[in-house]
Amino acid sequence: MTDAYTRFTRSALGRPLVKRTGLPNPPRLPRHADRPQPVLDPVVVLGGSPGADEVAALLLDWGADVRRRFEETSTVGSVVVVLDDLAKPADLGTIVLPLAGAMRSLLPGSRVVTISRPPTGEDLARDAARGGVEGFVRTLGHEMRKGGTANGIQVADGVPLTAPGVVSTLRFLLSARSAFVDGQIVGVASEDGTLPEDWERPLAGRTALVTGAARGIGAAISRTLAGLGAELVLLDVPASGSELSAVANDLRATPLQLDVTSPQAGDRVIAFLRERGIVLDVLVLNAGITRDKMFANMTPDRWDAVIAVNISSQIALAEALLSTDQSAVGPDLRVVSLASTSGIAGNRGQANYATSKAGVMAFVAALSHRLGERGTANAVAPGFIETDMTAKIPPLQREVARRANSLQQGGLPLDVAETIGFLASPGAGGVRGQTVRVCGQNLVGR
Amino acid sequence: MTDAPASPTDSARSDATRSDPARSGSAGSPRDAVVLGGNRLPFARSGGAYAGVSEQDMLTAALDGLVARFGLQGAQLGEVAGGAVLKLAGDLNLTRECVLGTPLDARTPAIDMSKACATGLETVMHVSNRIRLGQIDVGVACGVDSASDAPIEVSVRLRRLLHRLSRARTPMQRAKTLAALRPGDLAPLPPRNAEPRTGMSMGEHQAITTSQWGITREAQDELALASHRSLAAAYQAGLLDDLVTGYRGLGRDENLRPDSSMEKLAKLKPVFGTSNPAVAEPTMTAGNSTPLSDGASSVLVSSREWAAEHGHAPLARIVDTRVAAVDYVHGDEGLLMAPAYAVPALLDAHGLTLDDLDLIEIHEAFASTVLTTLAAWESEEFGRERLGRDGAFGTVDRSRLNIAGSSLAAGHPFAATGGRIIATLAKLLHARAREKGAVQRGLVSVCAAGGQGTVVLLESDGE
Repeated sequence: MTDAYTRFTRSALGRPLVKRTGLPNPPRLPRHADRPQPVLDPVVVLGGSPGADEVAALLLDWGADVRRRFEETSTVGSVVVVLDDLAKPADLGTIVLPLAGAMRSLLPGSRVVTISRPPTGEDLARDAARGGVEGFVRTLGHEMRKGGTANGIQVADGVPLTAPGVVSTLRFLLSARSAFVDGQIVGVASEDGTLPEDWERPLAGRTALVTGAARGIGAAISRTLAGLGAELVLLDVPASGSELSAVANDLRATPLQLDVTSPQAGDRVIAFLRERGIVLDVLVLNAGITRDKMFANMTPDRWDAVIAVNISSQIALAEALLSTDQSAVGPDLRVVSLASTSGIAGNRGQANYATSKAGVMAFVAALSHRLGERGTANAVAPGFIETDMTAKIPPLQREVARRANSLQQGGLPLDVAETIGFLASPGAGGVRGQTVRVCGQNLVGR
Repeated sequence: MTDAPASPTDSARSDATRSDPARSGSAGSPRDAVVLGGNRLPFARSGGAYAGVSEQDMLTAALDGLVARFGLQGAQLGEVAGGAVLKLAGDLNLTRECVLGTPLDARTPAIDMSKACATGLETVMHVSNRIRLGQIDVGVACGVDSASDAPIEVSVRLRRLLHRLSRARTPMQRAKTLAALRPGDLAPLPPRNAEPRTGMSMGEHQAITTSQWGITREAQDELALASHRSLAAAYQAGLLDDLVTGYRGLGRDENLRPDSSMEKLAKLKPVFGTSNPAVAEPTMTAGNSTPLSDGASSVLVSSREWAAEHGHAPLARIVDTRVAAVDYVHGDEGLLMAPAYAVPALLDAHGLTLDDLDLIEIHEAFASTVLTTLAAWESEEFGRERLGRDGAFGTVDRSRLNIAGSSLAAGHPFAATGGRIIATLAKLLHARAREKGAVQRGLVSVCAAGGQGTVVLLESDGE
């Protein structure tokens, strides 16, 4: 799956050349299959708060090699910086500065995760300190080498660091499942959620519906969710029926051919689920299209089709599923929708697409609010992902887009799928209305 | 092949037949075979979306879709019966090869069958009979045809010469054999679209029958238009959502023209019977005849026990079948009129009349095939002289005929048509039986080359 340039940088000819000239040198990113352990050892927990002690205990419980100081170890796999007790910006240095001296000791594929609280508007100095963490994390994301990443967890006041949402997010960010998630802050708003008995199969006994499942990222999502133990209903347009059957046969899933933009789509999905006695625990709204044109050349058919598939269909399906008497949906629903970094930063030639995807981000926030106790809704915003769709971008433009992130490479559909698997898990109950970017810390946007 | 009726009670309109213990498998009587559902590819026009796709690929795709729909991954089925009318010599084990390409257990046996356009129905009856006799519990009936990839053969002389060449031992013998080769021997033989015994194509034959029965151009165009509109409406209503699996970017039948109109159909020139003195006024056009098509279909058939065990609702029971043939060679009857004889025989055997049928599917080889069949049944003369009855066989209520469209709209990949009709009819009957709370009966009638016909009776209790 590596691109031609990356293969060149690893060849006998390319390796010295890239080193000498300072050309981009994309690192290998270990995925879950390469590094199945949840924590890359040794892990150093920084911070002196009671929360830091809880986190250290948790990591010990996972079987990790936990240290509280860098002096004890010559190499470092992971660092958890617990900043839940900041009062003023000056407090930050005491906790984070020891990491400065250890940056060069970080192993390939290392992880730095901060745990802090969000600004609340109540205290000038405290908010400044809390807000400052974001700049720190995003900068470490840029400075990490050899496929290492830096991300943060922002835990709402009153939510203990042992809450399922914090624990699942920490585990995801420390694991190799988050290989292409970099420079991101994930908020945990509540104590909701239940931790899985088996971390390898958090979706066991749960049923997920994936739209746009016949190919590309949708097929990867389906495979990953199946690997995490989910039963699947896979939806795609009738014209992709055979591709859909192939994925369904592979995963022993139930195919459902449907155009999500049809006015009866919601009713048909509900009728289909009822007929088979299926109750949904997870809804992945992945179906999406692009019809790129500079806005000056935009036509109604291009604009309308993108809006209809990428956002209107998601609203209609969610409305239909939530307005029924609940028989089609379980008591703790997880909705995960596909946004895009284009929706965050905008993108030349994608006015329609970016509009729809920015709409998705606002939609999941509203939906999460509406769901309340009945579940969560979040979005994933992929950056440059190596798919059939991006393979069609003209070569030069593609090469620029691919390198324009901290990890200097395109992500894999698997990376998007893993993040969705995390957000869809019962443990992620405290993560609500967020958009998590899977972009290798794309240089544009937040 | 059939279960002839034991007594007039068989004809009772109620569900009495089902409660008869003799029917449920005891005392050596056959048990029920039921249709659980089907899957087909959208049919493509010849040279269209599936040009360059092999029959094996198409049939495998149709079976893959069925496996996915019914969760049959890894399942060992009793048998898969399939066939193709236009079949390459190398595809002698076509169905078995397809089975091996699906996620079905590789120990699932398969059989290839062939009876021209009735192949699909015959595979359904084969599987049904196996189930009813207790030889298997579940099977798939399927069929495929590609007019785009029809076999092209070498001339008889070239074939014999090549065989002789392979037997030749010495260079001299080889040289002598090759010397016999004439340039004309090298011309390939395209597939013949003509009856071997008359040299006339099916359309030419039907043009005569059409003319004899005085079927008008307008009536044919109306039937064609109804077929397109009904099929388009069926797609719109979602009827085909769980009957069709998209393939190669095609989500619906390529031949379907939802916006067709009488005006558009009236503009088409007649293509059959144009130079036949027996046809006074040619009426058969490309619009009211089925196009050459590519596609594949499959039907899942099982015993009631297997269906219950695997949580599938039986859509319809396969009640019975009749086959018939006519002497078209000596001009005694029209080539495609065999079903006009088979249907009365089937209904008589069950004490039923046309009025007892809730839905009727008559394969639209040509619009006029349907219309000449209906005309024959309405004819006092045909009833007396041909069917040996007191008068006319009966009239088909047109509101019950091909209500979800048929081959004129969908297309007609020969061996795939039977499976298309059986699965569609079973689903329609089941839905209606549910809605009305009463048993619904349906008839399928398919004519075939060689002056043959196969007809099948289905019944659904909606449970």
